[in-house]
Amino acid sequence: MSPIMHIHDLTVSFGGLNALSDLNFHVDEGEIVSVIGPNGAGKTTFFNLITGLVEPNSGDILFEGESILGLDPYQVTEIGIARTFQNVRLFPNMTVLENVMVAQHCRTHQHAFGALLQTKAFRKEEREIRERAEEVLSFFGTRLIGYRLDQPAFVLSYANRRRLEIARAMATQPRLLLLDEPVAGMNPKESVELTNLIGRLRSEWGFTIVMIEHDMGVVRDVSDRVVVLDHGVTIAQGSYEEVSNDPQVIEAYLGRPAQDAS
Amino acid sequence: MTAVGVRSTRRVSWVDRFLTTLRIVLIALIVVGLLAFIAQQIDNDNAFARRRNPGATGLTAAQVKGLFVTGVAQGAMYGLIALGYSMVYGVLGFINFAHGEVFMLGTMSGFIASTKLSDAGYWESNFIGSFLLIILIAILVSTATAVVMERVAYRPLRDSPRLIPLITSIGVSFFIQNAVLGLFGPNSKSYPQLPEWLAKNRTILTFDIPGTKIMVLVVAAVSMAGLWWVVERTKTGKAMRAVAEDKEIAALMGINVDRTIVLTFAIGGAMAGIGGILWGLSFRSVTHLTGFLPGIKAFTAAVVGGVGNLGGSMAGGVALGTAESLGPQVILEPLGVKGVSQLRDAVAFTALVVVLLFKPAGLFGERLSEDDRA
Repeated sequence: MSPIMHIHDLTVSFGGLNALSDLNFHVDEGEIVSVIGPNGAGKTTFFNLITGLVEPNSGDILFEGESILGLDPYQVTEIGIARTFQNVRLFPNMTVLENVMVAQHCRTHQHAFGALLQTKAFRKEEREIRERAEEVLSFFGTRLIGYRLDQPAFVLSYANRRRLEIARAMATQPRLLLLDEPVAGMNPKESVELTNLIGRLRSEWGFTIVMIEHDMGVVRDVSDRVVVLDHGVTIAQGSYEEVSNDPQVIEAYLGRPAQDAS
Repeated sequence: MTAVGVRSTRRVSWVDRFLTTLRIVLIALIVVGLLAFIAQQIDNDNAFARRRNPGATGLTAAQVKGLFVTGVAQGAMYGLIALGYSMVYGVLGFINFAHGEVFMLGTMSGFIASTKLSDAGYWESNFIGSFLLIILIAILVSTATAVVMERVAYRPLRDSPRLIPLITSIGVSFFIQNAVLGLFGPNSKSYPQLPEWLAKNRTILTFDIPGTKIMVLVVAAVSMAGLWWVVERTKTGKAMRAVAEDKEIAALMGINVDRTIVLTFAIGGAMAGIGGILWGLSFRSVTHLTGFLPGIKAFTAAVVGGVGNLGGSMAGGVALGTAESLGPQVILEPLGVKGVSQLRDAVAFTALVVVLLFKPAGLFGERLSEDDRA
């Protein structure tokens, strides 16, 4: 399969500190790739670069063969990349339904004039947005639908906020979905449930997924391939088994054995 | 928000004592004034009135209703202007002090258009058509002004501290005032007469209302309803609310933040333009300074209602208009204050102080974006 995203020699530094140096990375269509690494390894910076929140110093990011460097974040969303955040960032004062409806902004065409005149096309589109929003939300079973639809996002439980954030990313109709620690802060039962859902995101919705995750159980269960970052460089990649037995990876996580220190 | 927790552990300072005293004094003033007013309505010659306000005549029911309607109509215009302050504050987090000038340009362009129409005889022969035309012109002029203002003065300052666009807005305000002074001169300009059939009084629910005020109320209500519809029900409105809550995330949802901000200025400008025409037709005079006091009052209204909260701003406008219309006659006059009709502005700003002393976030609460709340 051809790579949906290709990253060449990506380097970004913040005031002399190289957050990422010469990173090479690719994701194939339909793959689930996990990016792991200790805190401060540059994982979230990596997502910020892809979504246009941060500009790299050098290197290139190709999405479906075209460079996406210099695009504004809203344009990155338009071409089909969506993400979630490590610290969930919803629109807290908007309702659950509105959070998901607003995410379809770039996929719709009707403007305020249609709204004022209540044209047929406007009402049709509004209905479609609503239906799609409910369809996306029902992916999480009954947790986000029914009476929850009209509750403001700030009343939701932590796990439901995470689910809503994923639903919102799904609603932008991406090809590539970037999940930043999707199960962080969830209890074991909720983690297992979400792990299954991540698998279904690929099989049922056809998303290609890049995921940052610290929970190795989740990484093992869903990933086709694992990439390990440390101090801004890739130190290993391959299947979960290969990576988890790699001495460099073990060192990055656990430190060097005492006898080598001398 | 954290200040509340901090204060509870601190000893009571003289500032707290002062504020408490101020609260008590202002509430006492209002209560005594109201009681004196009621006493005066029951009996002109009661003991308090003999002492404080000899020769009190009281108000007839028609007078009170008249003051109330005047206040509401005035307040509706404040509300229309207040929306612009509120929307810009919601999205960008600073007060655009040049917004009063956007309103003034609406009034001024309405004056020019209506005079031309009047010269051509169209104003008298087809008032409805002329009215729609001048409203359209005022909306276009005000919207264009607001949009250009955002592009030229505020967008380059998007990432600078909040205080800088605020000060810039004062500069923009002076610039527009003086540009209008230079172009049209300092004298006050009069709108043409309104047609007889519109200006005459009508009776609605026992209220005897001049036609002009009915027009003001109807147009303001329709504009407000339209705005509410756009903000609450359309995707454009949802995009505006999303940008107000969190610009970065809004961008990642595929929303063009720059365009949404321009749209916010445009809609605020359009509302100010409509307000400008209503103001022009109600008071029939306009100068380069027309924008100043209504601008400040509308800002006050926005703060009274809760900055960033659109319904609150409109309600704040109506509340402020009513307070400044009824307050002098109903509270100050029975207390024996002289020349009360000139104290409208003082009453309006005192009302602001009273509201902020009791509800620092305004009557209906502020709506701020995530980073402003931190």
